[in-house]
Amino acid sequence: MPRFKVEVTVMPRETLLDPQGQAVEHALAELEFENLSTVRIGRAITFDLERPSRAEAASDAESMCRKLLANPVTEDFSVTVEAKS
Amino acid sequence: MTRVAVVRFPGSNCDADTYRACERVGAEPRYVWHREESLGNIDVVMLPGGFAYGDHLRAGAIARFSPIMRAVVEHARSGGPTLGICNGFQILCEAGLLPGALVRNACLTFISRPLSMRIEATNTPFTNAYSAGDTFDIPVAHGEGRFVAEDAEVARLEAEGLVVARYAHDNPNGSVNGIAGICSDSRSIVGLMPHPERAADELLSETRGSLMFESIVRHAGVV
Repeated sequence: MPRFKVEVTVMPRETLLDPQGQAVEHALAELEFENLSTVRIGRAITFDLERPSRAEAASDAESMCRKLLANPVTEDFSVTVEAKS
Repeated sequence: MTRVAVVRFPGSNCDADTYRACERVGAEPRYVWHREESLGNIDVVMLPGGFAYGDHLRAGAIARFSPIMRAVVEHARSGGPTLGICNGFQILCEAGLLPGALVRNACLTFISRPLSMRIEATNTPFTNAYSAGDTFDIPVAHGEGRFVAEDAEVARLEAEGLVVARYAHDNPNGSVNGIAGICSDSRSIVGLMPHPERAADELLSETRGSLMFESIVRHAGVV
């Protein structure tokens, strides 16, 4: 069965205050990186999936996000799926 | 006799204090391990504080899928009194038994200190022994205690009197409207971030947390 590498990114929803992002933004500014704004911090989760097709791999990955990997009240998620050679 | 199931997850650490607080008011607590499928014959469920599953992924995110949670959800949805304290509150939100979510404190630090909390809704099985407006010192100990919810949901909670407790003076974690605890529409499911089981002993100079446990005994007497 084909193997796929899945990368999930979970980010705080836009409307949610992200104090961690703010702290990092201040730290980067102190390091004199200019014209920087809207730092947001989330998490990346990667895994391999053996599925008959890329579409099924993506669909299952999205179900995993909805069920466990992301909290829909506070987080958005995105999924990328690549075939593994 | 009010029988209380104190559920233990791997990483729960306030179970003993919660158990003892129940004992002190004459309730009959018993521990239930998270892998059990049944709560047994009990009247009340309590999810204690701690770090179930190390708070990995999100606090309460994995614990909500523990085998015992099927029975907890059934108990809660049938109107069985269900209290989640701190990590327990986080688990109730992740399980969808309470609205909103608890996220990282706005100040980014873990807060561990007593602060002033005001009881607002007294028509729940866990707050009927209080008078509305009762304010007392109670410890908090959390890194992810900031309560958030959609604006419309917050407005609804406020309008329908579902805010059980509020931080009375300083808001330690940035919770919307200083909300420290809420209840379900049915009022029988309550989530609270501060620790009443740590304000229930003369030795700790504050005993008004014990009224939260006294309330379930009174509730049993009335129902």
